[in-house]
Amino acid sequence: MMYETMEMRQVFANELDKAMAKNKRICLIDADLCKANGRASLDAKYPKRAFNVGVAEANMISIAAGMSSYGMIPFVATFTPFATRRVCDQVAISCLYAQQNVKIIGSDPGLTAEYNGGTHMSVEDIGVIRSIPNIVIFEPVDNTQLVKAFPQILKYVGTMYIRMFRKVPTPVFKDNYHFDMFSADIIETGKDVTIIASGIMVSAALEASKILKKANINAEIINAHTIKPIDINTILASVQKTKAVVTCENHNIIGGLYSAVAEALSANDPFPMEAIGIKDRFGQVGKLNFLLPEYEMTPEDIVKAVIKVLDRKR
Amino acid sequence: MNFKEKAKAIRRSTIETIGSLGVGHIGGSLSIVDVLVVLYYKHMNIDPANPKMPGRDRLIISKGHSGPALYAVLADKGYFDKSWLLTLNRPHTSLPSHCDMNLTPGVDMTTGSLGQGFSCAVGVAKASKIVKDHAIIYTIIGDGESQEGQIWEAGMFAGNAKLNNLIAFTDNNHAQIDGFTADINCVDPLSKKWKAFGWNVIEISDGNDPDQIDTAIIKAKTSRSKPTMIILNTIKGKGVSFIEKAGYANHNMPLSQDQVAMALKELE
Repeated sequence: MMYETMEMRQVFANELDKAMAKNKRICLIDADLCKANGRASLDAKYPKRAFNVGVAEANMISIAAGMSSYGMIPFVATFTPFATRRVCDQVAISCLYAQQNVKIIGSDPGLTAEYNGGTHMSVEDIGVIRSIPNIVIFEPVDNTQLVKAFPQILKYVGTMYIRMFRKVPTPVFKDNYHFDMFSADIIETGKDVTIIASGIMVSAALEASKILKKANINAEIINAHTIKPIDINTILASVQKTKAVVTCENHNIIGGLYSAVAEALSANDPFPMEAIGIKDRFGQVGKLNFLLPEYEMTPEDIVKAVIKVLDRKR
Repeated sequence: MNFKEKAKAIRRSTIETIGSLGVGHIGGSLSIVDVLVVLYYKHMNIDPANPKMPGRDRLIISKGHSGPALYAVLADKGYFDKSWLLTLNRPHTSLPSHCDMNLTPGVDMTTGSLGQGFSCAVGVAKASKIVKDHAIIYTIIGDGESQEGQIWEAGMFAGNAKLNNLIAFTDNNHAQIDGFTADINCVDPLSKKWKAFGWNVIEISDGNDPDQIDTAIIKAKTSRSKPTMIILNTIKGKGVSFIEKAGYANHNMPLSQDQVAMALKELE
C-alpha cells in the first residue's frame, strides 16, 4: 500500500540498501546523480562500496566491469541517455563482451525526462543497446513489480539494463503478483486484440482497455517488462488467439518494443501490428500532460490504433 | 633471473607467434616485453597452476593489441602449452590478437577498445581495496591510447581515490597507427599531466631496460597514498632492427618467413 505514494527512485534505493546490508559484494557507483536519484544516504552508509566518479559515465561503466571481474556486484546509475547511448562501447565491451555482471540503472526514460528536454529524453536507449549480444533489458512498471524483481536482478549473473521511471508510478500490480524476469505478464485477458505495453504505457493501455470495452472490444493486455529477451511464447499464444497487435512504448518505435515484438512474430507467425510510441522524433521540454498528446501516446491514441489494426485483421 | 636473456627469449617467441600467421601487432608487442618480464618473473604474486587464485596480483594490458607478447610470457610461465602460440588468430583460437579474459588462462581483463582497460584496472584496484586482499594491480596503457578521454577520467578518479595499490605503465613508444604521436595529437608532457592528476610519477629514460623498470616498481610499491604511473620511454618494435626501422608502420605489419628467420637470428 505504501508503494502507492512512493517515488520509484526511493523504492529502488530502499531495496538496494537492504541488499547491500546483507551482501558485501554489492556496490553502487554514481556519476553525479546520486542526489537526484535518491541514493545519497547509501554513499554515507557504505562509504567504501558506494561512491561517486563524478561526471564520467564511460569511466563509471568500465570501473564497474573491473569490480565485477573481482567478484563484486556493481550497480551503476545515471539518466537513461547517459547509461546507454553515451557509453554504448563501454557497455558492449567492458560489460557484455567481457561477460561481466553489471547492473545498469537508467532513470527518466523517454518522455519522463520532462523539463530536462530533448538532450535528456532518451527516445533511443533501448534501440542503442538491444543489439548488444546477451544484454537483458528490464523496464519496471510500478513499485510492486520493482520490489518483486529485485531478488531476481541480484540473482541473474550478467549485464542488465534497468530502465526506471523516477517519480511515483501508477500502481498496476497487486501484492500477490508473481513476477518472473523472463515471462511477460497477462494483465487482462481478451479475445479481440493484443495490446503489449511497457513502462508508463501499461497504465495507458489499461485506460484504453476500459474505453474499448464500451465498444464491446475486449483487449488482452500484456506487460512486456523484459524487452530483451522478449517472451515470445506468451506473446505468440495471445496473438494467435486475437490475430491483431498494438504495441505501446515510451521510446522510438524504431528499435524498441515494437521492433522486438515484430521481429519475434515475423519469425514465427506474423499478424497485423500498429505501434504507439515516439514516431522517430526527438524529445522536447514539457510535462507529460503536454508530451503524451503531442507524441500521440494517450489512451485515446491507443484506442485509435486498435480500431485501425482491427480493420486490417485478416 | 637474467632479465635480458629472458626478454630475448620472449621476443623470439613473440616473433614466432606472429610469424606463424604472417601478420600482427608486432611493434607494440615488442615494446612492452621488458616490463612484462620484470613483472612476471619477479614481482607478481601469481600461480600459473591456479590462474584465478583469489588475491593474486593482476595485470591488465589496456593496449590490448599487445596480446602476442603477453601470450609468449604466459606460455613460458606454464599457463598453457607453448603449442597454443601457433594458433594465434586461427579459427576458434584461445589466443586472439586482443586480450580476452574468457579465452586465455592468465589474462585478467578483456581489452582492445582503447581506454576501457585502464578504467577496468581502476575498478579492480578499488575492489581489491574493498576486500582488503593487499593485491597489487598493474596496468599498461599506450601513449597513443592516452589520446582517449577515458584514460583521463580514470586517472582523475584513481588519483582522488588514492589507489596506491595501482601501478600503471605508459608504453611511451612515440608511435601510433597513423604516424608519430607527436605529429598526430601530441600527448606530452606526460609526467606533468600525471602529476597534476594526483599520481606518483616515475619516468624511465630507457623503458626497455629491465633494471630501470625493476627499480621503478620497487619504488612504486612504497607509495602510501597515490597510484603510480611509470612512464617507459620505449622503442616500438624493440629488439629487431628492421622492425624498429619500419617506425610507426610496425604497428600491425606483415612478417615473411625470411623476415622471421632474420629477426630470430638477431635475437639469438
